Amino acid sequence: MEDAIVLRDLVVDRGRRRVLHGISCAVPRGVVAGLLGPSGSGKTTLMRAVVGVQVVAGGTATVLGRPAGSADLRRRVGYLTQAPSVYADLTVRENARYFAALHGRGRADADRAVADVGLGAAAGQLVGTLSGGQRSRASLACALVGEPELIVLDEPTVGQDPVLRAELWSRFHELAAAGVTLLVSSHVMDEAARCDRLLLIREGRLIADDTPDAVRAAAGVADLDEAFLRLIRANEASAAVAAGAGGESS
Amino acid sequence: MNPRILAVTTGRILRQLRHDRRTVALLLVVPALLLTLVYYMYADQPAPPGGAPSTFDRIALVMLGFFPFIVMFLVTSIAMLRERTTGTLERLLTTPLAKADLLFGYGIAFGLAGAAQAAVAAAVAYWLFDLETAGGSGLVIMIAALNAVLAVALGLFCSAFARTEFQAVQFMPVVVAPQLLLCGLFVPRDEMAGWLQAISDVLPLSYAVEALQEVGAHAEPTGTMWRDVAVVAGAAVLALVLAAATLRRRSG
Ligand SMILES: Nc1ncnc2c1ncn2[C@@H]1O[C@H](COP(=O)(O)OP(=O)(O)O)[C@@H](O)[C@H]1O
Ligand SMILES: [Mg+2]
Repeated sequence: MEDAIVLRDLVVDRGRRRVLHGISCAVPRGVVAGLLGPSGSGKTTLMRAVVGVQVVAGGTATVLGRPAGSADLRRRVGYLTQAPSVYADLTVRENARYFAALHGRGRADADRAVADVGLGAAAGQLVGTLSGGQRSRASLACALVGEPELIVLDEPTVGQDPVLRAELWSRFHELAAAGVTLLVSSHVMDEAARCDRLLLIREGRLIADDTPDAVRAAAGVADLDEAFLRLIRANEASAAVAAGAGGESS
Repeated sequence: MNPRILAVTTGRILRQLRHDRRTVALLLVVPALLLTLVYYMYADQPAPPGGAPSTFDRIALVMLGFFPFIVMFLVTSIAMLRERTTGTLERLLTTPLAKADLLFGYGIAFGLAGAAQAAVAAAVAYWLFDLETAGGSGLVIMIAALNAVLAVALGLFCSAFARTEFQAVQFMPVVVAPQLLLCGLFVPRDEMAGWLQAISDVLPLSYAVEALQEVGAHAEPTGTMWRDVAVVAGAAVLALVLAAATLRRRSG
């Protein structure tokens, strides 16, 4: 089956700066793919390109076999923005029901999505009165409620307590087992081990695109955090060699 | 555009408004208070000669059109700015919602709110302060509601040029004040200098005010009134089209 996401030499400029420098990768269907990298490395920008809200300067992004941002993808892709984007002056339930209705889903689907993110007890509460972590879960419920084929989640577990985080990750794997593809970003490496595939991005360049085991094997260490460090060093060393080969090394 | 999505979007906007009880109360009560003020301002003025409408009647009729125009412009500018700054707009544009669903949703929701506001103000003016118009009060409320829709359309468009709520509020004097000043309430339009008349001619509120004055003076709706109503509706559609052009699914 075709891949869920295929990026080819994706280049993005934001505010006169190049933020993504020609990213190529493919994410197969039915997996939880982790997009990991430090803050400012371009995770959000890459996700925006995948959902089709980012102006791109070059390359292509193909999503579920269609160019990213195609009109028919809007009912097949769910997007959780990094900052919670829900209506503060509506209750959790009202928010979920609205986004459910936009996707042609009913009230029962909305109520289930709210319960799935652990907000069942706060369903009648105004989003503006929720804690930060609750608010981002309300936002997550609205991204899941349409039962999309591809779910793009920008740092969904930030600020959540460990028990909830574990629950959310097992929910993501349930969805993937049902054939849904998830692209989940995080800047904390301890979430990497929970993913089926890893995309490691640094300063707008992809430095790893593999399974966690393969990443460990390539770096020769069991700890993913340490593995990433080695990959980054190796990457920088080869970049320095390449610059040296160019002649002007100092 | 999709009727179901339009309906749920309209409902969502009204639900947001309903949660803000204080705004709803101010929306409905403030016009009545201002009408009371105007009533007592002119209570001791001598009646104009020759059966012309009393000063209060002349001003109150036009004010019924002003309230929804001013208030809905502000409410819409802020509401749409919030959609932009909190990321809900970007998210909406990744869903099956069409731009027209959102724009018309705002037009219908706040148009209804403006109509409710006009109805309460009209009830106060007609019953408490004996406002007299030759034409029916239903036409007055219809024109006031149309003013609300025009204001919503202008607010949706102007919100694209504001980054903060402070800036959005500043568009009020820019967009609304000239229309109030030049609409013919303070100085009759045909007594203004030519260049002021020319400006007044391209401001949609001038037509709304003329339509209200037609209702005030004639028992039956006149051709001039319908033409004015059409001009205001056309201006609202134009502003909505411009607003749609400011909604970009892709950004830098
Ligand atoms: N709207 C913007 N205008 C200009 N530069 C931006 C904008 N948004 C993000 N950037 C820059 O793009 C780079 C990548 O940002 P982002 O994709 O948000 O990274 P991450 O999500 O990994 O933290 C950063 O250097 C950031 O400063
Ligand atoms: Mg980010």
